[in-house]
Amino acid sequence: MSDSSVATAEADQRPAASGSSINDLTIHVATVNGSGSQSSNQVLMRSIFQMGVPVSGKNMFPSNIAGLPTWFTIRANEQGWTGRKKEVDILICMNAATAREDVEALEPGAICIYDAPLGCRSFRNDVTFYEVPFTELSNALSDDSRLRKLLTNMIYVGIAAQILDIEREEIVAALGRQFKGKAKAVELNIRAVDAGMTYAMENLPSQDRFRIERRNFTKGKILIDGNSAAALGAMFGGVTVVTWYPITPSSSLVETLIDYLKEYRIDSEGRASFAVVQAEDEIAAIGMTLGAGWAGARSMTSTSGPGISLMAEFAGFGYYAEIPAVIWDVQRVGPSTGLPTRTAQGDILSAWNLSHGDTQHAVLLPGSVAECFQFGMEALDLAEMLQAPVFVLSDLDLGMNSWMSDPFPYPEAPIRRGKVLDRAALENLGGKWGRYVDVDGDGIPFRTLPGTDHPDASYFTRGSGHDTHARYTERPGDYKVSVDRIARKYETAKTLVPQPVIDLKDGAGVAIIAYGSSDVPVQEARHQLRTEAGVETSYCRIRALPLAAEVRDFVASHERVYVVEQNRDGQMADLIRLDAGEAQGRIRKILHYTGLPCDARFITEAVLSSEETING
Amino acid sequence: MADSVLKTSTAAPPRENALGLKALDYGGAKSTLCAGCGHDAISNQIIRAFHEMSIVPEQIAKFSGIGCSSKTPAYFLSRSHGFNAVHGRMPSVATGALLANRNLIAVGVSGDGDTASIGLGQFMHMIRRNIPLIYIVENNGVYGLTKGQFSATADEGARLKSGVINDLPAMDLCALAVELGCGFVARGFAGDPKQMVTILKAAIAFDGLAVIDVISPCVTFNNHEGSTKGYQYSKEHQELLQQIGFVQSFEQIQVDYEAGELKEVMMHDGSRVLLKKLEEDYDAGDPMNAMRRLKEATAEGAMLTGLVHLKPEKKSFLELLNLVGTPLAALSEEAIRPPRESLEKIMSDMM
Repeated sequence: MSDSSVATAEADQRPAASGSSINDLTIHVATVNGSGSQSSNQVLMRSIFQMGVPVSGKNMFPSNIAGLPTWFTIRANEQGWTGRKKEVDILICMNAATAREDVEALEPGAICIYDAPLGCRSFRNDVTFYEVPFTELSNALSDDSRLRKLLTNMIYVGIAAQILDIEREEIVAALGRQFKGKAKAVELNIRAVDAGMTYAMENLPSQDRFRIERRNFTKGKILIDGNSAAALGAMFGGVTVVTWYPITPSSSLVETLIDYLKEYRIDSEGRASFAVVQAEDEIAAIGMTLGAGWAGARSMTSTSGPGISLMAEFAGFGYYAEIPAVIWDVQRVGPSTGLPTRTAQGDILSAWNLSHGDTQHAVLLPGSVAECFQFGMEALDLAEMLQAPVFVLSDLDLGMNSWMSDPFPYPEAPIRRGKVLDRAALENLGGKWGRYVDVDGDGIPFRTLPGTDHPDASYFTRGSGHDTHARYTERPGDYKVSVDRIARKYETAKTLVPQPVIDLKDGAGVAIIAYGSSDVPVQEARHQLRTEAGVETSYCRIRALPLAAEVRDFVASHERVYVVEQNRDGQMADLIRLDAGEAQGRIRKILHYTGLPCDARFITEAVLSSEETING
Repeated sequence: MADSVLKTSTAAPPRENALGLKALDYGGAKSTLCAGCGHDAISNQIIRAFHEMSIVPEQIAKFSGIGCSSKTPAYFLSRSHGFNAVHGRMPSVATGALLANRNLIAVGVSGDGDTASIGLGQFMHMIRRNIPLIYIVENNGVYGLTKGQFSATADEGARLKSGVINDLPAMDLCALAVELGCGFVARGFAGDPKQMVTILKAAIAFDGLAVIDVISPCVTFNNHEGSTKGYQYSKEHQELLQQIGFVQSFEQIQVDYEAGELKEVMMHDGSRVLLKKLEEDYDAGDPMNAMRRLKEATAEGAMLTGLVHLKPEKKSFLELLNLVGTPLAALSEEAIRPPRESLEKIMSDMM
C-alpha cells in the first residue's frame, strides 16, 4: 500500500457472493433531505469503526434545503477497501418517494429494512425484508412530534445494530460523542436505539449473511473528511489570510478552518493571528488573496468550479505579476452549475491553464485526507517559494465524505517563505536589485514586501508588460525575456511539487495512472485484477502539475497505460499524451463521470474488457 | 465664488518636511498621459499632500485598477510599493494587502469606468467594509484609453465629440458612498488644486475609507463644447459646499471665525478639519443632508465640491477583525503554527 489511509489488512479472500459476509458490507440509508438523519448515520458509521472495522461514509445529497431524497452510504470492509461500492447489501428504506427505485436497485439476497407504510415487501421477492413500524415505536418515546421524527432515525440505528450484530456499547459510546455535553439528548437517543434493538430482537428474524464482527484494524486511526483535513493543513501551515465566497462543496473547508482558527490561533489577549473575509464573490476573494500574498501574508481562498471560472483573470495576473496565493478547488460536476452536490475531477485543464495568454499553474492533487492535510501546508510554502498562485484540487467525494486515516503527523520542516529581501538584505546589496531578475538561474526572482523600510525596496506590480526591474515595457525583447524566465520557473516547479507515487510491478504490461480521489477505487481495482484475473498492474499516482519527468518514463516503460479519472474527456490523459512523445499511443482512458464516486468494479471491468479486446 | 479653502497659515510650506524629505522624494516616473490631463494635476497634489503631512513613503502602498487614471500611481511616490491590478478590482487587492499589513497607508486611484461600471460591486463592498484606504476616483465621464466612449458617470444629455448624446442618467459616486455609510466622502476638481490638497490631507488623517470623487477633465476626449466634465464647464458649474481648512496635529494654529460659522472635526491622529459654512443649512456630519444636497445639485446641473460627508466614528474593517498588533505578514512561525500538542489533541479527538 502506498497510502496509509487505505487498506489495513492483507487478506486476499473475497467473500463468496452467496456465503456469509463478515465485515464486508454496504449500508444504504434512504431518507428525505432535512429530516435530521445525519447524526444517526454518523453514529452507525462510528459504531462500526469503534468495533475495529474500517469504514467510510458517503453522503449523497441533493442541491436542496429540505424535501428531496438523500442517501447515506456506509461501507464497512475489513480489508480496508472503503471506496464506493455500487452494490447495496443493506437498505434502510425511509423515503416513500424513492422506495421502489431503491428496492429495485438491490442485489438479490440483500436486506431491506423499511418503514411499514412503504410496503416494500410487495416490490420483489428475492430480498430479505424487515418491516418496522417506526411511527408506533417513536410515538412511545416522545410527545413532541418534531423530536419523534429525529428519534425515528435513531431507531433504525438500533434495528440495524441488532440485525448486523453491532455492539450496543459502541453505539452508546458513539452517541456520547455525537451529542457531547448534552446528557439529555444522549439518554433519549439511547432509548431510541434500545427501542429499535428490542423491536428487532422480539419481532424480526435473525440472519447471518451480513455481520459486523469485532476486529482490531481501526485502532489509532481517525475518521475525517477531506475539507476538515485541508483546514487543518492550512492552519498548521501558518495561513494568515483566508478569503472566500460560499459554494458547495467547498464551504465546509473554510467554515471548519474558521472554527479551528478561533480555537488555536487567538492569543491570550483574544487577538487573532489570522483574518478571514467572506468576500462579495470569487473575483473579490482571489483579489484579496493576491493582495494579501503580495503584502507578505500566507493567503488562501477556497472554491469550486464556478468560482474557478470567475477567478480566471486574477489567476493570470498572479501568474504574470508573480504573486503567491493558494486556491483550493473542491471539484463538483460541471459544466456550468452542473450537479452542485455531486463529485467529479473535471477542473484539471481549466485550473492548469486558467486565464488568457500563456499561463500554467502549479496544481496539487491530494489523493487522501492525509494528503489534504499535507498539501494544505505545502501549498502555502510552494506559493511563496514559486511566487505564484498554487491550486489544490480536491473533490466533493474526498472533501465532504468521511475517510479513515492514520493520524496526521506534525510538520517537522520549518515554514518556507521563499525569496524575500528585507531591509538588511537590501542594505547588503546597496539597494541594487531588480524584482524580476533571475539571480539564481532557477527562474525564481527575489521580491520585497510593501512597508519594507528601505528607500530602494519599492517596485511597481502590474499585469501589463514589465521588464526585469518591473518597469512598464512593450519592447518585444523585454516581453520574451520575462515570459521565458517564467517558463523556466515552472521547470523548477516540477522538482518542488509533490512527486508521483510509482509502484512498478515486474513484468506488468498493464499500467494504471490516476490522481486525487480516484486512487481509492484504483487501489481496490488493482487488488481485484490481481486476485480475480491474475492481472498484475503497475501504478503511477500523479500528485501535481506540472507533470514530473517520471510520468513520461512510466508511460514509456509499459505497453498499455490506463488513465483513470472522473471526467468525460480524459483531461489528465490528454495532458499526459502531450508529454509522452512517441509513447502517447499507449494511453487509454477509463472515465467515470456520473456524478457518483468511481468504484473499483468499474475500473476492473474496463481494464479487463479492454485487455480482452487487445489480446483477442 | 468664495475661495474653496480656509487660510490656516500664511507661511509657505518648508522645502523639507519633518522627515527631512523634499517633495521630489515623493515624486514618481514621468507621466505618459496627455498634456493638460486632469489626472496629472491630481498626482501633483497627492505628492504635495503626503510630503507636507510627512508620511514615510515606504509605509505607503499604492493601488489602482485599469484605465488612464490607474496608470498614475507610477507617476507619484516611487518609494512606495505599487499594485496596478485588473480592471475594477483594486478594492479587493487593497483589502488583502491591508489584512496582511495593517500598518500600510493605502492610497488607491481609480477612474469612473473602473469604479462605476466594471468595479461597482467591489467599490460598494469596500465602502460597506470601511477599508482604511484613500480611494480617489479620477472622474472624466469617458473611457480615455479606449478612445472616448461614455462612462456611467457621464451626465445625461452630455455630447461626445462625434455627436453621440448620452441618454442615461449619471451615477453619482458621492451619493452612493454616502448611502452605503462611508464616513469620508468628498468631491474635488482637478482645476482646484488648493481644495484638492486640503481634502487629501484630511483623507490621510482619516482612519477608515475616504472616497474622493475628483472631476478630472479629459483634455482629449471630453473637454469640448457640449461636454459636462470639461475644464470650462466645471469651472462655471462648481459650487462650494464649504470652505475647508486642515490643521495638522503638531501645528499650533488658531483660526478665528465668528461663533457658529466654523465647524471643527477632530481626526483620529489629532489633526483638525475646519469647515466654514457657505450654505447656512449644510451639515457635513448628516448623511440625509448630504443626499438631499447632492440630488438638488444634480437637478440644477451644479457641480458640488468640498467635503460632502464626514463622520469619523465608524470602526474600520481592520479594527473589527481584532488582529494582533504585528502585521500578519510579519508574524513568526511560532505565532502562526500551533504547537505539536494541539495537533495531537485534535487527532486523538477523532479516533
